[in-house]
Order: sequence, then structure tokens, then C-alpha cells
Amino acid sequence: MEAIGEVGRTRGLQGGDGPRFDAKWLVIALATGLVAWLALVPLVFLVYQSFMTPETAFEPAVFTLGNFAQAYGSAETFTLFVNSVQYGAGTALLAMAIGTSLAWLNERTNTPFKSLFFALSVIPLVIPNILFTVSWIMLASPRIGILNAVMQGVTGTNIVFFDIYSMGGMIWVDGLQDSPIAFLMMTAAFRAMDPSLEESAMMSGASVAQTIRRITLRLTLPASMALFLILFVRAVESFETPALLGLPVGIEVFTSAIYQAIHRYPSDIGLASAYAITLLLVTSLGILVQNRITKETGRFQTVTGKGFRPRQIDLGRWRYATAGLYLLYIFVLVALPFLVLLWASLQKFYSVPTWAALSNVSLDAYRRVIAYPGVDTAVRNSAMLSVTAATLIMLATSVVCWIVVKTKIRGRWLLDALASLPLVFPGIVLGLSIMICYLTIGGPIYGSIWILLIAYLTRFLPYGMRYNMTSMLQIHKELEESAAMSGASWWTTFRRILLPLLKPGLLAGWIYIVIVSVRELSSSILLYSPGNEVIAIIIWELWQNGQTVELAAFGVMLIAVLFVFVMIAQSLGRRFGVREG
Amino acid sequence: MLTVRSLSTEYAGQKGTVVRAADDVSFEVPQGKFFTLLGPSGCGKTTTLRSIAGLEKPTGGEIRVGDRTVFSAAQGIFVAPNRRNFGMVFQSYAIWPHMNVFQNVAFPLEVGRRRFSQAEKADRVMRVLHAVALDHLAERDATRLSGGQQQRLALARALVMEPDLLLLDEPLSNLDLKLRERMRFELKRIQRELGITTIYVTHDQGEALALSHEIAVMNAGRIVQRGGPRDIYERPKSRFVADFIGSTNFVEGAVLAREADPHHWRVSTPIGELRVVCHEDLGRGEALTVSIRPEDLELTEAPVDGADGRNALSGTVDQKVFLGEYVDFQVKIGETILLARAHPSLRTPIGNPINVRIDPEKCIALPEDEPRRQAA
Repeated sequence: MEAIGEVGRTRGLQGGDGPRFDAKWLVIALATGLVAWLALVPLVFLVYQSFMTPETAFEPAVFTLGNFAQAYGSAETFTLFVNSVQYGAGTALLAMAIGTSLAWLNERTNTPFKSLFFALSVIPLVIPNILFTVSWIMLASPRIGILNAVMQGVTGTNIVFFDIYSMGGMIWVDGLQDSPIAFLMMTAAFRAMDPSLEESAMMSGASVAQTIRRITLRLTLPASMALFLILFVRAVESFETPALLGLPVGIEVFTSAIYQAIHRYPSDIGLASAYAITLLLVTSLGILVQNRITKETGRFQTVTGKGFRPRQIDLGRWRYATAGLYLLYIFVLVALPFLVLLWASLQKFYSVPTWAALSNVSLDAYRRVIAYPGVDTAVRNSAMLSVTAATLIMLATSVVCWIVVKTKIRGRWLLDALASLPLVFPGIVLGLSIMICYLTIGGPIYGSIWILLIAYLTRFLPYGMRYNMTSMLQIHKELEESAAMSGASWWTTFRRILLPLLKPGLLAGWIYIVIVSVRELSSSILLYSPGNEVIAIIIWELWQNGQTVELAAFGVMLIAVLFVFVMIAQSLGRRFGVREG
Repeated sequence: MLTVRSLSTEYAGQKGTVVRAADDVSFEVPQGKFFTLLGPSGCGKTTTLRSIAGLEKPTGGEIRVGDRTVFSAAQGIFVAPNRRNFGMVFQSYAIWPHMNVFQNVAFPLEVGRRRFSQAEKADRVMRVLHAVALDHLAERDATRLSGGQQQRLALARALVMEPDLLLLDEPLSNLDLKLRERMRFELKRIQRELGITTIYVTHDQGEALALSHEIAVMNAGRIVQRGGPRDIYERPKSRFVADFIGSTNFVEGAVLAREADPHHWRVSTPIGELRVVCHEDLGRGEALTVSIRPEDLELTEAPVDGADGRNALSGTVDQKVFLGEYVDFQVKIGETILLARAHPSLRTPIGNPINVRIDPEKCIALPEDEPRRQAA
């Protein structure tokens, strides 16, 4: 219907007294080109590399199936696969169990402290994965873990109560960390459900437990399945936890195996690519199925607009017990990890908290880490990269979303799909693909800081799409049409009508991308070069060097800064009425 | 002033079908006139308007404004909407929420080809805001206006660039009933004062009748009848138009004979023989439908005869509904029920006999061969 957006077919008509050339075309071409380059090229090189022998100074690369033969021929790969699936499923189930029960308590009962709970949506943003994992090492490692020390003190034995260096430990850390996502998604699912469905079950004589089992959970089954897949994919993509907890005791998953293949000498890019492609297939399949489920059940149908709130179950005195559960959860998820980092950062040498150690409290670690070589450069690099990436992504995706939402150009769905493609790339696979791509192409990109920028642009492109898409869909097309009728050109309309209306979403998305860029480790770890470190790399190095107290000090400062940033984002979001997705 | 000739606009429907939303639409609007496209939803009126605006690209035909061709399929001319200099008020008003009242109205002056000085811009904006009685709200956020104020703001914005043509897409449909009636007068006053050529799209026959110099009734992408408001209301040419505009009674019948008066015919119907008007030639025995407006059925308890040349009928009161200003009676004549609108002073109880008088001039015969199109 929309002719101003219609640019696909001209039906043999040429502009009358209108301009022949429109800025529109240049901008569209640039945005499309950028998206296509970022999303497609690394994938092509990854696939290419996986079928090639390594190129050396003496031998050119030749076609081979050796990489896959090596990858699939060994029993190790089978172990790798089993580990990954076990880890992914375990993490997803743990996160879902926690998230679903808390969401149910929150939505359907009169447990106190509810408002506290939505603050949880920001926690995973504020504490980077690597710091969360490190804090749990401090809490539950067999040697230095505080929890072990406490339990041993209480029981007077030498038994190791918690061993974080295990599959169980990995699942615990990652599942706990992802549980807020499960909480938010299940809350949305419970809210989208018509409460009268549950109420009529109650009226039919069903008990609370029967209603939950036979109505609530049954009706949210599609949402739960989609959630499981999302969590599963996130877990098999994650690098920090398996690398820090699994590698020391020889538990490898795909992400850590890719890292190992690159970091052995000589590095085996071919094998890493074969692993990467396998992992990519797993994540693509997961996301594909998840999309299918989501689309079929129409999760995006509007949640708002219902004028009734579900009846809340009165838990009576039990509600203090459930409130206790909340507090325990927040304590374990937030307070404990942060406090242990804070404690460590105030020590000269790391030690378990005791009254004796309390007298050693100092700020030395903060002084040392600020003076640590490379920290100032890394902070500058991270700031520059995250701001540049966020700005470019938000601007480019605003044009892409305009094309997808507002025009009738043929193949616009392809553009949408391309811009969302990086979602299936685990960070380390993306890092590997970009590494191969710019190694093969040559030129100055590889080994410079710009390769990190390219990685961030690619990795966070889908986030920009999501934020802009939400706001773009809310803009009534008549707002643009009335500008055209007022005599405004496309470019003027875009600049003066669309961008200002997109502003809340642009800002929220911008801050979100800045935050995730600062935390980014799994792509950066394969792409940084000496002198081009970023913040996450510094933390990684401090950990590898065993400088635990300096790491803790750095971590505390980083968490503080990210916290301020998230608070700004939240208040902006409230002011402009943005719903955090 | 505006000439639309053989305009056709298509768009892709579901499953690759092509929907012809406007089909061979032609009309002319003289300078300063108020022209309304009226029809049920999906009849193509909005598509026609958007084609004139340039928001849709037609597949065929020609659109001229004065001596300027803005679209011609034959000559391959398509002027972009932002180069046409037409003002448009959208159904949603499309008020830009990030600008205040003044900025909204000033926008067309800032983006057009002509440049205005600050003083000139302010002068023009305030003048047009004054015309729609919003000048005291110039600095207010556009989102903090009431529905009626937003509607006037949209109108001011469309008028500020002194457009060649004013296009209105159901501008009153989002207002509540009281406000709609007031804005109807307001709109009429502004249009008549400025003398701006206006194309108006609505599905509300009351609005169309109240505002227009001329109305084109559309159905299934085509114009089915064009004429002045009275003309359309009193002399519908088809069952569709009679049915769509106002409420009416349809009575099937067959031609008996030609009367002495020109265009008058005698018709046999289930409610008895009627004298009717038809401007077309009819053959004896030809089937037709007679349309009689409820307000044209004159009810009385006194006896009636056909001596004064009017149709006289007798029936019983089947049902009645008191509506304040008038009473709707359902009168049963034979097996047929007719709707009649009477003054509240008529209090005949249900079940009692009642007599009906109808002026032959008000019995409009619609020949059967008129293709009966159903609203899409």
C-alpha cells in the first residue's frame, strides 16, 4: 500500500519533476553494505578455513577434509560434545527451575518485597561473567574457598564440601547467573496468560498444585521450551565459566576447546574452525527451533491492555518463608559474589576472611592495579571501542529497521535475517572467523585495534536491531507521510521526524551496547594484540598471572562504573518510557 | 482545478493476487469546492485520496491540478508527494509528538523549497493557528492537546504552506459525537472562508451531506454516483446508494403503467399499488425496487384516500421505539414491515390500525438491471 516506501518496482515510471537522485539510496546502500559485510564475510572465511590446510611460508593452503576428520575421528570430540550438551542442558534447567519458581511466586502469590525483584533484571548486566566466576572460585574452590573453610570450621573436618572446579560447579555458576533471564521471561509468560484460565480451574475444584501442574505450566509450555533453548544456547556459547572452571581440571567444552586449539603451539586454526562450525550448527539449530516455537505460539501478542490482575494466592504465614527464599536468592546471586570481591580487594595478599586478616585491610591493591602496566591504555581502548561501536550500530540499524519495517523493498526480510545472523555466533566463534578473515585478506586490520571494533560491531548488531525495531514498529506511518506532504524530502524526514522519535530506543540501545562491549571477552581474547588490550583482557591476564587481589580491586571499580551506567540507562528508560526488552 | 482521469491503483493482495483498490476513477473538482469521496470501508476512497497525495503510486490514469500534471501513466510522470504542495490531514492526525504546537505547524515552512525568514515564518504560523483558534497554545507540547485541538492542529499544519489542494482522510472519525458535530461546522467555516479546494474522505454519510458541494459515492473501487448532497440523498440511482446513505425501506415491485405526469409510473408491490418516480424509461412488467425514506412515510390515524395524488396505504403498528426527537414506527402492511419516522405527538398503541400517506416524488424506483454491488 505504501508508495513512498515502494522502491522495488518502478513499473516503468520515471520521476517527473522530482529529483533523480535521492540521498535515500546512498544511505540505504551504505547500511545494507555494512550489514552484509559484517554478517556474511566472516562466516564465509570460517567455512573456507575449515576445509583448508594451514598456510605457511613454504606451503600454500590446499583443500582438505583433515580438519573434520581430526575433529570427528577422535574420542575426545565425543567427550567434548557430551560435556557441552551436559553443561548446556544442566545450566538451562537450573536457571529455569530457579527463574520459574521465583516468577510464579512473584506473579501469583502475595509474597512481600516484590518490587525488589525487578531490580534483578540489571544484575547480570552489572557483574561481568568473568568476575562472577572468579568470585565463586573464591567462595567455593577446594583450596581457598570461603564456604569450604566455613563448613570445615563448623564441622571440624577436612572434607571438601564444595568443588567449583567440576561440571556441577560450572552448571551452578552459569545457571545462577542466567536465572534472572529465566525469571524475566517466565514473568512475561505468566502475565501474558489469561488468569481466568487458572481461576476456572480453581472453580472446578483443582488445588493450587494441580492448577500449577495442569494449567499454568501446561499453558506456558511453549514459552518454557523457547526459554530452555535460549538458555541452552547461551550456555554452550559461554566461554568464561568453562575456561576458568573447566580447563584447570580438564573438562573441555567446544568454546574452551577452540581457545585451546588456537593457544597451543603451533596453533591449529583448521581444527578450531572445525569445532567452531560444529558449535555454530548446534547454536543455529537451537535458535531456529526457538524461533519456530515463538512464532507459532505468537509470544509477541500484546501483553498489556488487559484490565484485570490475576487473583493472588494468599500464602498466609508461609509468605515469610517465600520472602526468605527471595532474600537468600539475592544474597547468593549478588551480595555474596560482590562482598567476596570487595573483601579480596582490600587485602594485600588473598586470604580467607578472619579476624586476623581484618587488620590487614588496605587500599594497596587499588593503587597497584591503577599503576599496572597497560591498564590505562585498556580503559581508553574499551571506552573508545564501546562508544564507537554503539554509535555506529544504532545509526546503521535505524536505517536497516526503517527499510525492513517501512518499505516494501523486495528481499527486505533478507536484510533483517542478515542483521540478526550474528546472534547464532558464539563470541569465540565470531572472534575466530574475524581472525581468519583478516589474516587471509591481509592488510593492516589484523593486529590493530580496529579488528576489535569490527568484532563488537558484528556481535552487537542484533541488539541494535532489536531496540530500533521495537521503536520503529511503534511509529505510525502517517507521521512520515505527513512530513512528505509538508514538502520534506526523505533525508529531512529521517533526520527530523524519525530519528527524534527513535531517540529513546536509540539511547537505551546505545547504553546497552556500551555496557556489553566493555564486558566482552570471548571474541576479544582471540583478536587482541599486545598494546591493544581492553578491560576484559586485563582481568583475564590478572587472573592468569594469579594477581587475585589486584583483579578484585579492578573488578570492584568496574562493577561500580557499570552500575552507574545501568542506573543512568534505567532512569533514561523511565523518562522516555522505554521498556527494557 | 483538480482533474482525475481513469485513475487505477493496485496493490498486491494475499497469495500474489492483485487487488484493484481504485478502478477507473474519474472526477473533476472546480476551484474552491468541497468534494467528498464517500463509501464503506474498503471501497477505495482512501486509496484514491492517497493516490492524489502521491502516497500511492497508481497503475494507470492521470491526475492534474490546475495545469500541472502530478501523475500520468501515459507520460511516465510521477511527482513525489513532497513536491506536490498538497496539504493533508491524516486519520490519526499524525501530530509529531517530539515537537510543540508551533514547531509542528512551522515544519512545512522549514522543509519546503521556499525559504522563509524567522519573522515571516512566525507570522504565517501564528496566522494559521489563529484561524483554527489555537494561537494561545502555540508553546504547548503537541501531545498535551485534546482530540479536537489535535485535529485543528493537523488542519493548521496542512494549511500553513498555502497548499493547492487540501486532502482530508476521515479527520473527524476519532472524535466523540458532540465534538464531531462541532468540528463539522468549524471545518466547513474554515474551508468556505479560505476557499481552498478540498477532497474529503469519509464513510459517514452525515458528514458528507453536511460539508460537501459535491459527493462521489464509491463502491468496490468505482464511483457509483456523483452529485450534490440533496441529489444523492433524494435521487439515489442504485439500491447501493439508497441503502448506504441514510436508512430506507425497499419494496420490490413490477411496472404496471406509465402515468400522465412525466417520469411517473404505476407499480404493483406487496403493499399495494404505488405511484413512483423514475427518470429512466421502463417497460411494462419490468421488475424494480422502490426506495422510500422513513421520514417520507406520513403516519396518521385519520382516514386517507388517494384523491390528492399521493399514495394511500393502511396497516397496523407492529412495534415502536421512542427516540426523544422522534418516534420510529414499524408499520405492517400486508406481510411487509416498513420503517416510518414520526413526530413524538403520534401515540398510536401497538396493534392498532394506522394509515400511511407517501408523496410519489419520494418513492424512488430503482430498475433491477442496475448491477447490485455489495460493499467489499
